[in-house]
Amino acid sequence: MAKENNNMETIIRTKQENEGKNKINKVVLQTDKLTKKFGGLIAVNNFDLKVSQGEISSLIGPNGAGKTTVFNVVTGIYKADGGKVLFKGEDLAGKKPHQIIKKGIARTFQNIRLFSNMTCLENVMAGQHCRSKEGTWSSVLQTPGQKKEELEIKKNAENRLKQVGLWKWRDELAKNIAYGNQRMLEIGRALATNPDLLVLDEPSSGLNDKESEDLMDFLKEIIKDNLTILLIEHDMNVVMGISHWVTVMDEGKKIAEGLPEEVYSNPQVIEAYLGKDEEEEE
Amino acid sequence: MKLNKNVNQKNSIFKNWLVILVAILFIILPFIINAYWVDVLFFFGVYALLGLSLNIVLGEVGLFDLGHMGFMAIGAYTTAILNTTFGIPIIILLPVSAISAGAFAWLVCSPIIHLRGDYLCIVTIGMGEIVRLTLNNNPFGITGGSNGVYGIDFPSFGSIFVVDNSTKFYYYIWLIVGLTIIGLVNLQRSRIGRAWNCIREDEIAAESTGIDVRYYKLLAFVLGAGLAGVAGNIYASKLMIVSPESFSFMESCMLFCIVLIGGMGSIPGVLIGAAAISLFPEVFRAFAQYRMLIFGVAMVIMMIFRPGGIWPRKRGAFEFKPLLMKAGEENG
Repeated sequence: MAKENNNMETIIRTKQENEGKNKINKVVLQTDKLTKKFGGLIAVNNFDLKVSQGEISSLIGPNGAGKTTVFNVVTGIYKADGGKVLFKGEDLAGKKPHQIIKKGIARTFQNIRLFSNMTCLENVMAGQHCRSKEGTWSSVLQTPGQKKEELEIKKNAENRLKQVGLWKWRDELAKNIAYGNQRMLEIGRALATNPDLLVLDEPSSGLNDKESEDLMDFLKEIIKDNLTILLIEHDMNVVMGISHWVTVMDEGKKIAEGLPEEVYSNPQVIEAYLGKDEEEEE
Repeated sequence: MKLNKNVNQKNSIFKNWLVILVAILFIILPFIINAYWVDVLFFFGVYALLGLSLNIVLGEVGLFDLGHMGFMAIGAYTTAILNTTFGIPIIILLPVSAISAGAFAWLVCSPIIHLRGDYLCIVTIGMGEIVRLTLNNNPFGITGGSNGVYGIDFPSFGSIFVVDNSTKFYYYIWLIVGLTIIGLVNLQRSRIGRAWNCIREDEIAAESTGIDVRYYKLLAFVLGAGLAGVAGNIYASKLMIVSPESFSFMESCMLFCIVLIGGMGSIPGVLIGAAAISLFPEVFRAFAQYRMLIFGVAMVIMMIFRPGGIWPRKRGAFEFKPLLMKAGEENG
């Protein structure tokens, strides 16, 4: 089974190289035999993932496949039980989430987690936290350096808020704005940390078709800005529409990877999503 | 947009006038009222300072701390013991008490800081009680057991100016409360204040946004305890005696009420809460036996009709006005 997988991957890779569709980019994020267990349940099993610079990579799979777990291990919320996570060649083992953010991986959540009783602008300003450094005493005394930095934070936040198109809601509490806007605000907050890699957990869930399309355009736009995106997604339209590279996982293992069209027609992927055809089984 | 701006300006002018008016009132008050009420207002000041200190922990970060009086006790006893045994002037002991209370907070809170909600609450109750019982048991014969430590000096700046009567104490405490308010307002509007609020709103999101949750929680505890230590220092020098029963669990609950009544994370709210807790019993002294009853009913009614407190913190435009109004106009 594993051998078959490997064979298939090599076929896909060579095909792709031949076609010259995909120039070989620098790998930004890599997981090496990543394993995560919850008690007896192996949520992620020897999982290898590669994310190339400047691309939108997608991680797809049926419910419970372990996609979010991979995200949580990469962003430091869970500790891996085995294997490595390499970001720009650096091992992230033992790093706390706030340290990982500082290295340049920002994330959003599947169920939106905003600071709901703070204004939209404050939410985005909070994203700037890891890029600023003034301490307690300079804040209490409002030293010139602190004022300058605060102004800088506001300016950057302002730009990010305009980028996600929520400037007019700046003074509104985050909980009061529309659902679609909340999603964009969360992305804005993640962008405010000036990340190299943006990790989005089902960004289009709960959005209507129009909003999904806007989101796709937005993502295509922001990767031009020397950004890499890793995406978990259920909506196949979104995945096929914007991904440069797709990895499919099921029951904690990688079952396929390749260009969107290839993965889409891969029998194993179809099987994982729709179940085995019973006649074929016999 | 223009109309909006005018309204905002009017609001802020009104606000400034209000602040100035209240300040003038506070300055001339001691000449109008008698010494008894000056003392009452002094204790209002002490409660305000304690409320502000607890507001950092409970209001800004949302950590349930029901042992806050323990920190004040550390500050008060540091002052009392160092002053009576070594004769160190009170005014020098002011920062010393703050540092010792802060250090104590850092020491005891480091191992428990990851606890959430009610678990942390229980541990802090235990901590406050341990402090009180330890002081009561007179370790090494330095805390004087249940009699406490007495004969503490008045605060004095050299030998020129001694804070020795009610009026001077009144100005002394409100000067410190005033400075504290300025410092805390500045802190609220800085990245530190925002980080605290983020942790209160959603801890995991805060951590994933790049905020070192553990560090900022500890910082809140240390700063809150330091301020409580300052309050302890002033309290000790005013009463000239400290004893363990001043720092009971009931007092910690009162502080909790100050922050809840006023509005979590709201500085004017905390002042109102402190006024309610400290002035209410004096105003209703005639109904002494029904005092707690009225107080309880008032609390229940408040929680039903104003769950966010009397003066909750309003977030929004006015905090960022100067820079952003301008930018907003450019963008329509």
